[in-house]
Amino acid sequence: MTMSVAHHFDDVEQQKHAATLGMWVFLASEVLFFGGLLAGYAVYRALYPEGFAAGSRHLDLWLGTLNTAVLLTSSLTVALSVEAIYSGNRRRAGYLLAFTIVLGIAFLTVKGFEYAHKYHEHLVPGAHFQFVDHAEGDAPPQGVELFFSCYFALTGLHAVHMVIGIGLFGVLVFELLREKGNAPSPLRIEVAGLYWHFVDVVWVFLFPLLYLIHVAE
Amino acid sequence: MTTDHRTRRNYLNANYSIWSWLFTTDHKRVGILYLLSVTFFFFIGGAAAVLFRLELMTPRGDLTLPETYNKLFTLHGIVMIFFFLVPSIPAVLGNFFLPMMIGARDVAFPRLNLASWYIFITGGLFTIWAIVTGGVDTGWTFYTPYSSTYGNTNVIAAALGVFIAGFSSILTGLNFIVTTHTMRAPGMRWFRLPLFVWAHYATGLIMVLGTPVLAVTLLLLILERALGIGIFDPALGGDPILFQHLFWFYSHPAVYIMVLPAMGVVSEIITCFARNRIFGYRFIAFSSLAIAILGFLVWGHHMFVSGQSMYAGFVFSFLSMLVAVPSAIKVFNWTATLYKGTVTWSTPMLYALGFIGLFTMGGLTGLFLATLAVDVHVHDTYFVVAHFHYIMVGGAVMGYLGGVHFWWPKMTGKLYPENWARFSAILIFFGFNLTFFPQFVLGYLGMPRRYHAYPEQFQVLNVMSSAGASILGVAYLLPLGYLIWSLRYGRRAGRNPWRATGLEWTTPSPPPTENFPDGTPIAGDAYQYSSVDDWDLVLPAPEEHPEEAAV
Ligand SMILES: [Cu+2]
Repeated sequence: MTMSVAHHFDDVEQQKHAATLGMWVFLASEVLFFGGLLAGYAVYRALYPEGFAAGSRHLDLWLGTLNTAVLLTSSLTVALSVEAIYSGNRRRAGYLLAFTIVLGIAFLTVKGFEYAHKYHEHLVPGAHFQFVDHAEGDAPPQGVELFFSCYFALTGLHAVHMVIGIGLFGVLVFELLREKGNAPSPLRIEVAGLYWHFVDVVWVFLFPLLYLIHVAE
Repeated sequence: MTTDHRTRRNYLNANYSIWSWLFTTDHKRVGILYLLSVTFFFFIGGAAAVLFRLELMTPRGDLTLPETYNKLFTLHGIVMIFFFLVPSIPAVLGNFFLPMMIGARDVAFPRLNLASWYIFITGGLFTIWAIVTGGVDTGWTFYTPYSSTYGNTNVIAAALGVFIAGFSSILTGLNFIVTTHTMRAPGMRWFRLPLFVWAHYATGLIMVLGTPVLAVTLLLLILERALGIGIFDPALGGDPILFQHLFWFYSHPAVYIMVLPAMGVVSEIITCFARNRIFGYRFIAFSSLAIAILGFLVWGHHMFVSGQSMYAGFVFSFLSMLVAVPSAIKVFNWTATLYKGTVTWSTPMLYALGFIGLFTMGGLTGLFLATLAVDVHVHDTYFVVAHFHYIMVGGAVMGYLGGVHFWWPKMTGKLYPENWARFSAILIFFGFNLTFFPQFVLGYLGMPRRYHAYPEQFQVLNVMSSAGASILGVAYLLPLGYLIWSLRYGRRAGRNPWRATGLEWTTPSPPPTENFPDGTPIAGDAYQYSSVDDWDLVLPAPEEHPEEAAV
């Protein structure tokens, strides 16, 4: 695989170093982006443990688990795709990335069903919010609505990141699988893959923080 | 050098079409695009200041309605901080000179660099739209619940503007970090980097790690207002103080986004016009990193009276005192550099000395505010206003203007009129002190900030402040005039009119698109100035062929 070197770089090594470091620095920025929100989550969960547990009980654990599996698999297919392009197998890299996109869309579809369900149950924060929990009696514990605010903000932000990742992969799949034209540089696939793994890792944190906090009781 | 000046290709005359500017990936042109944009925003923010300083001439609120007054100071704060101070030195001088100082042809990601400018302009347009469609009255801090439950102005558009502009800042910082790591010329080891580069590296860290927290905070505010997803709403059990924590987690370090680059500029100017190696290079370099890191740990000093726990107050007070240490290290080192040097009173030097004096004033009064008991007395008074203007205007703007003058010959190939420039530098210093020193006294006497009317006994000091502001306004217009004048009538600068060290001075002025026409330079140690022998060469004499003289 040959890579073209942009005019302002001296050689491939320098370009690769810059691209990879650039993505890591960007991801450091992303950690703080989610970190601000998670700090808010931490404060409110400490203030309203019952409310957060009650809210968590209303999430669908099975759909959450399914989505976790889907997303972890998608990280595997990305890693295999990077492996494939570096060993010169352009078509296989393309198919693996296309499968990643399918998994990403599957994740978002499941998430969409969950959102719709929450909407019907009046669990979307705002004027229509109404929480009825039979285990707690009629008075909802304090902080339940904040839990759902955190839930929608965190998962929504995560979903936006997935949409961006799917878009990046879409361009790469097109370039990999078209009949004419150069294959995209392996570096681009690797750097986009780095981003996807990050989005995956964010979910690995969100899943227990949102779905599993009532299980320990 | 035998090439004719009039025909030599440089980054400015490489292509004259408007598209060649709008689609440029040349870091120098991106710097110029930013220069024009931040100048525009500076005068918008300044106009608002002129209006409310006029209002404050008299104790009664007779010029503007209270609501209009609130919108004016909000506009002033938002525009000056997010659209002038934060991008000013990094996006203009940093973009232009950081790659040249390390001997690179461009930043690591030139297209992201251009993208950052478009993002910045988009954010700016949103903010201006928010202003013309009714304005915002929350103060630049967007505190909830002013901005959420009780906000009835255009908060969403303004917050969105700042949110968007934040990403341009992140991209700029990212580019600085990666460029410094990967694009250094042969021989450019870390401890040979000009201190300007160290300062921008530290600034890049803050931009990358601080800005996303502001972004997510404003996003939550927008979600709360637009969709009712309340995170800060007390009716749901939410905590408005959480907003303040998240906001200041960025906005205190943001002060260092403004001041660190100015410190970098000052290090360059002081060494050049004192004809001396910098005293304590490594101390200055590491103090930049120390400021960047410690700066993230002091945000709670904005909330001593907001209901934050007393113990948190102790810790934040202590850490805020600690962050003054690396700043003081820099001031001592600059002073030592001056003491051993042969000083020339050129315009950039006047700005740099102004920076040191005013920044020291701002820093020392910052210690008053970091002291818990004193802060209770002066919190939310004009004492605070004066303090941060000494840092942000007396510090950052002086550094910016010093840098613009220092590198103007390199950017444009022309010399500005030295006497006019010195006159305006002195006028700015005078006008600044007349504007803001009385505000220390006002605040200490108890005049709260953000009111359009005040008791009679404060009038004398307020009139002094407004008089200073009008001098300052004129003094800021002067450079705008003579710098533009110099583009046409200024004398040719030559490669290195100040006999400065640094790789950016080894190329023609203005530099060609590829920066170093003779190939990648080899770097030596920074600041190899020798003292007495060439001091009389520092101010440029009229030269027929400055190119030859410089080589
Ligand atoms: Cu602060």
